[in-house]
Amino acid sequence: MKKFTKVTSMAMAAAMVASMLAVPAAAEEAAFKIGGIGPLTGAAAIYGNSALNAVQMAVDEVNAAGGINGYQVEFNAQDDEHDAEKSVNAYNTLKDWGMQMLVGTVTTTPCIAVAYECANDNLFALTPSASSPEVTAAGAGNVYQLCFTDPAQGTASAQYIGENMPEITKVAVLYNSSDAYSTGIYEKFVEEAEAQAFEVVETQTFTEDSNTDFSAQIQACMDAGAELVFLPFYYTEASIVLKQANEKEFAPVWFGVDGMDGILGVEGFDTSLAEGVMLLTPFAADADDEATKAFVAEFEEKFGDTPTQFAADGYDCVYALKAALEEAGATPDMSASDIADALKDAFTKIEVTGLTGTMTWNENCEVSKTPQAVVIKDGAYVAY
Amino acid sequence: MSFISYLVNGISLGSVYAIIALGYTMVYGIAKMLNFAHGDVIMVGGYAAFTMMMSMNTSPLVAVLVSIVVCTVLGVLIETIAYRPLLEAASSLAVLITAIGVSYFLQNIVLLTFGSSTKSFQSVVTLPNLKLAGGSLVITSTAIVTILACIVIMIALTLFINKTKPGQAMLAVSEDKGAAQLMGINVNGTIALTFAIGSGLAAIAGVLLCSAYPALTPYTGSMPGIKAFTAAVFGGIGSIPGAMVGGILMGVIEIFAKAYISTQLSDAIVFLILIIVLLVKPTGLFGKNIQEKV
Amino acid sequence: MTVMIEKMKKKTRTNNLINYAIVIAAFAVIQVMKSTGNLSSLLNGLLIPVCSYIILAVSLNLVVGISGELSLGHAGFMSVGAFASAFFSKSMLDAIPFVPLRFGLAIVIGAAAAGVIGVLIGIPVLRLRGDYLAIVTLAFGEIIKNVITIFYIGIDGNGIHVSMKDKMSLHLEEGGNVILNGPQGISGTPKNATFLVGVLLVLITLFIVQNLINSRDGRAIMSIRDNRIAAESIGLNVTKYKLMAFTVSAALAGVAGALYAHNLSSLVASKFDFNLSILALVFVVLGGIGSIRGSIIAAVVLTALPEMLRFLSDYRMLIYAIVLIVMMLLNWSPKALELRERYLGRFFKKTAKEGK
Repeated sequence: MKKFTKVTSMAMAAAMVASMLAVPAAAEEAAFKIGGIGPLTGAAAIYGNSALNAVQMAVDEVNAAGGINGYQVEFNAQDDEHDAEKSVNAYNTLKDWGMQMLVGTVTTTPCIAVAYECANDNLFALTPSASSPEVTAAGAGNVYQLCFTDPAQGTASAQYIGENMPEITKVAVLYNSSDAYSTGIYEKFVEEAEAQAFEVVETQTFTEDSNTDFSAQIQACMDAGAELVFLPFYYTEASIVLKQANEKEFAPVWFGVDGMDGILGVEGFDTSLAEGVMLLTPFAADADDEATKAFVAEFEEKFGDTPTQFAADGYDCVYALKAALEEAGATPDMSASDIADALKDAFTKIEVTGLTGTMTWNENCEVSKTPQAVVIKDGAYVAY
Repeated sequence: MSFISYLVNGISLGSVYAIIALGYTMVYGIAKMLNFAHGDVIMVGGYAAFTMMMSMNTSPLVAVLVSIVVCTVLGVLIETIAYRPLLEAASSLAVLITAIGVSYFLQNIVLLTFGSSTKSFQSVVTLPNLKLAGGSLVITSTAIVTILACIVIMIALTLFINKTKPGQAMLAVSEDKGAAQLMGINVNGTIALTFAIGSGLAAIAGVLLCSAYPALTPYTGSMPGIKAFTAAVFGGIGSIPGAMVGGILMGVIEIFAKAYISTQLSDAIVFLILIIVLLVKPTGLFGKNIQEKV
Repeated sequence: MTVMIEKMKKKTRTNNLINYAIVIAAFAVIQVMKSTGNLSSLLNGLLIPVCSYIILAVSLNLVVGISGELSLGHAGFMSVGAFASAFFSKSMLDAIPFVPLRFGLAIVIGAAAAGVIGVLIGIPVLRLRGDYLAIVTLAFGEIIKNVITIFYIGIDGNGIHVSMKDKMSLHLEEGGNVILNGPQGISGTPKNATFLVGVLLVLITLFIVQNLINSRDGRAIMSIRDNRIAAESIGLNVTKYKLMAFTVSAALAGVAGALYAHNLSSLVASKFDFNLSILALVFVVLGGIGSIRGSIIAAVVLTALPEMLRFLSDYRMLIYAIVLIVMMLLNWSPKALELRERYLGRFFKKTAKEGK
């Protein structure tokens, strides 16, 4: 009986190996091949889907407008389930496909692993949202970031509170200690807070495995008499925190970061709970400039969701790559390594104005753009 | 005052665990299998109620009823298609692995249908909150309803099992399948009924879970599922009062651990207490000690 | 009687040799493909993870198949091995520049650390039976994951600093190096693992496990599995043998972890969660409980399957789940087995006779 199992599984294994054999790339019409990696399934799926959907949208737009340097662009998105090992597999799959540059990966932990591979192969990557400084360190010059770095956000938030809100003296921080993004911002926030007029009176944490109930943490912030609570994490958890705090009738000033953007787009969310929430973000879906409006309308029509900053960052990635490829005068017949050299040279020279502001890049592969403070009023973002 | 507030939150969280644990424990008692897809049935229940309330604009009560029907049907389908062929398999591990497969299946089918974005859930409970001690202690109506639901369900289940024929049949099947069959009991039907009840309870748990913690994603069910499973073992798997007590204790310990020891280690503390309890009482708090025969 | 025993011994020996031969043949084929440039990047990247999953599956089979205990926390041991070895490698990066020595020591350290944790957990856990034992191993797996994520360890000129709060509390001086960064784990482990090392470790694992099974101790372990009371009554020390299987298995899982950690530059504790423990169990059950060869094949197939299904894009994980359910039903359901026997039996009659 067992024999059958073995025979079938061996046959399957053989079929798989056969399908994995390298196929020599057929000569086709020249086009830039951009790969994309992010979590499309699994608990982090929302971030990957937002970012990579927007990348696809931007690629379609670019192609419709005549492509880059006169060449069309092909985009291939692969799932990594927010796992470093799967991410490297996705990266290798894309290499077999003939990827010349990468948009990704979307989340930080897998991005560190992929960044090493990029440095190894001399392939250029631009991550829309992996914000830890370890990403650029691991990429050794090959991986650029389009999002703010975590330290920049933490410092900027503390400075903003210190300089613009003199009435605040007691601040509590609640952060996700199992998340690189959240921890990174928290560390810099507390460091900068030392130099500011307010005092951090309470620090509370949660982890990905215990992110359903926040009553104990909220109670602790209440007991500490916090006037402002800093929430450097994503809006999914933030929506629960706001609801539970409301039930406890705890109403401090809530201060979020760019991960908070998107909270108003949560289907079924009672937006009155988010009234008065402040956040520093480079992108707000309700902004009334033409580019944002057109982007939001098209995204909603195509994917049925309000775009978040992940989507905006993904969208901007394509235009940043376009600008750099044009600056370098690159063509699709160049090898991935030559394109990488050209892009590395071009990226520090370009200035791109996208949905998330006007961006330039420094030698450390980090972006420089200005965050905007917005506050939620009557269920909409308003510039503060 | 914080202490009482923590306690109430703990009991409320624990009541959700308890209702999920009841489903685990009933299925285990009868089919002797760990149904790891149970947590995902909860999630499906949440989505069913969400769809009714948001897209069809039904009242919360209708939404809950539809959700119960959806989950009951789903539970029976899963049992018939994926588990029943394996209940007589050479190893009980086979059906455990299939349950994992079903769990992946449910997560991914919901991901494809509803997308990955978080859905927020308006509480199905629309009563005002209870304020005690001059407003310094707030007990939410959702918490009160959750705790009451848990007590009602436990009493109803106990009565059902002890006083009705199908309930007695369940007891008989869980004691000895072969003998039950000889007594004229429809074993497969009884097992299907157990899955139906367990899944119906999962729907209620799903709605209550999402009312208290309103963020619904395709993966919402997995962690509460594992914790409720732990709670069921804590109380003695197969025992209905055990699941109830185990669930509530889990919730209270989790909240107290977060409040007084460490938020980062709260899960480790919960699991550590579970281990200690099992080492002292190897079959859980209310578990039956089965004498091993030579 | 003695003739029969001799025959049986010879059969197991051939069976074991076949397992080594399969691994070596696979290695040879891959090497040929590599040198002729026929190996895709994807397959090349999968080689080392597959080796570590094979080791994990074989080691878990020792507990589940041979010792007959259900463990749902095996990823925890892999995690201990991975973190211990990566920690060693990263902190000794400059002290021991000779890679084979450093990597070799790292593997030994990973195995030893996981083995020690295995003993510590095994002593209380193995008093329990059946599903209660399973849940306690699950609990330990979660505890290991949880505890690793709260530690921050850094090294500077003044030695080792440990904190359980955050990175700043380490108070590292200028030039200090954070080795273990709480939930963000260890990044920048040197990529020392190669396919050759992976295959050698698989062969060593096979050697250890197969020899254990066919030794006096192995037969004692299996007799306890088959009938604990009978085994006890002939004077076998149940705890000792159970602990032996559990510890060896944990140490080998640690080896799998060490190999895994030296292939990825970003290692986080949340990778080694309940799902990975379950995945290891799926390898064992799908491959046939107690069958070493089955574990190897299942580990290869199930690691490659989701990668092969990438062309399905959005439907990939859904199809994976369905394939998993269908494979389980076909391989385990008594009805399916009966049907298979009836229609396919004659094709496999010959081999079946030889095999069983």
